[in-house]
Amino acid sequence: MKEVLIILFSAILVDNFVLSRFLGICPFLGVSKNLKTAMGMSMSVIFVMVLATVITWPIYHLLLLPNDLAYLQTMIFILVIASLVQLIEIFLKKAVPPLYKALGVFLPLITTNCAILGVTILNIDETYGFGSSIVNSLGAGLGFMLALFLFAGVRRKVDQANVPKFFKGLPITLVSAALVSISFFGFKGLIENIFK
Amino acid sequence: MAKTKVSLYKEFTKGIVKENPVLRLLLGCCPTLAVTTSVKNGLGMGAAVIFVLIGSNLVVSLLRKVIPEKVRIPSFIIIIAGFVTLVQLLLQTYLPELNDSLGIFIPLITVNCIILARAEMFASKNPVLPSLVDGLGMGIGSLAALVLMGSIREVIGNGTFMNMSIPFIQAGGSIEPMLIMILPPGGFFAFGILIALAQKLSEKFEKKNKIEGDVCVGAISERTACLLCGGCSFGRNGPQDPQQEAEAMKRMAMLSLQNENQDEESVENNGGAQA
Repeated sequence: MKEVLIILFSAILVDNFVLSRFLGICPFLGVSKNLKTAMGMSMSVIFVMVLATVITWPIYHLLLLPNDLAYLQTMIFILVIASLVQLIEIFLKKAVPPLYKALGVFLPLITTNCAILGVTILNIDETYGFGSSIVNSLGAGLGFMLALFLFAGVRRKVDQANVPKFFKGLPITLVSAALVSISFFGFKGLIENIFK
Repeated sequence: MAKTKVSLYKEFTKGIVKENPVLRLLLGCCPTLAVTTSVKNGLGMGAAVIFVLIGSNLVVSLLRKVIPEKVRIPSFIIIIAGFVTLVQLLLQTYLPELNDSLGIFIPLITVNCIILARAEMFASKNPVLPSLVDGLGMGIGSLAALVLMGSIREVIGNGTFMNMSIPFIQAGGSIEPMLIMILPPGGFFAFGILIALAQKLSEKFEKKNKIEGDVCVGAISERTACLLCGGCSFGRNGPQDPQQEAEAMKRMAMLSLQNENQDEESVENNGGAQA
């Protein structure tokens, strides 16, 4: 239990996917402008991250590793993720229309989001078990959501500020992301101290 | 003959300055921010990107008449993933140290927008030689940007350049190294400043060919932009208000889903405007 909590909290706070691992920067910069799109995007990211892990972990450990095919990891994973997203989309459209309505627009957008491929590869690299992998993916997704939500608030303020001409748009966004990222340093010692 | 030479030269140089994939088209932000803690990492990543870019451009261009329109994106991804696997194996064998410091960002070259963008925008529509040149130019452009970021962060953050120490920037010297620059916030900060600088310079020198529009920053084409990089900000300065953002998002999602003839024209136009 303790281990699970450690993995979950370090994925959310300490090794935040966006702010300290730099994965999924594009959607982070793109859809953090208002809370509604941020919500839809992060829900789909969490959803796909967990599902992708549920599928890729067994593929790696039961199919690739025993057959000495570990080097095919990158190729297989990206294929699996791409087709998974398509499948989820078709399935949701038929089976759970409300959910499809909420996530629909965002699903095709995250096929090649590097956070998704990133989390599946990280799970393998860190040699997590099946359960820990899923917890880690969940944490990564929640961390993505947290970063997106926090940053949406910051951006609202930045938009009203009088910014030098050439800093308008992306540059000032990146500079403010730097400040948000600094604030996440506050969590660095958190895990060791809570779960000692 | 002379004409082809000139245009090849143009294809080559456009990727380095005018359409620099990292600083002007803002493609592939993640590795740019993540691995540029030192010049060496920047160089390694840039070289890996060049290799994959040239390889995938070559193969995509060779197969451009074979790959069916509808499955072109998955096919491109598989081709790219193949080259990425090659790079991974080569690095593991010959440069294990670099491989460790780049870590997860080597396999993630697969989803780097720069490479897919060139496959979709250029290599799938052009013969082999221009595609190769385009890949080389774009690759060198991104290498230059990565090395620039790496130098700024390493010099200010660590007081070294390519592991050689710089006399002034030392602990106890006239300037203390600012550790924050090689930590994640420094990446965001340096990148923000560089993009602002690039915007200023381009305004100054390229008044005529300013690229405007509400297409995604990673504007590969109207049709595929979002499929590739997962919802970047729209347009060079991002959407101006929430409603515009919602509209743009919806439009691009729709466009990326239906790939019919109608789009063909808009892609051509878009490509023409960018070139």
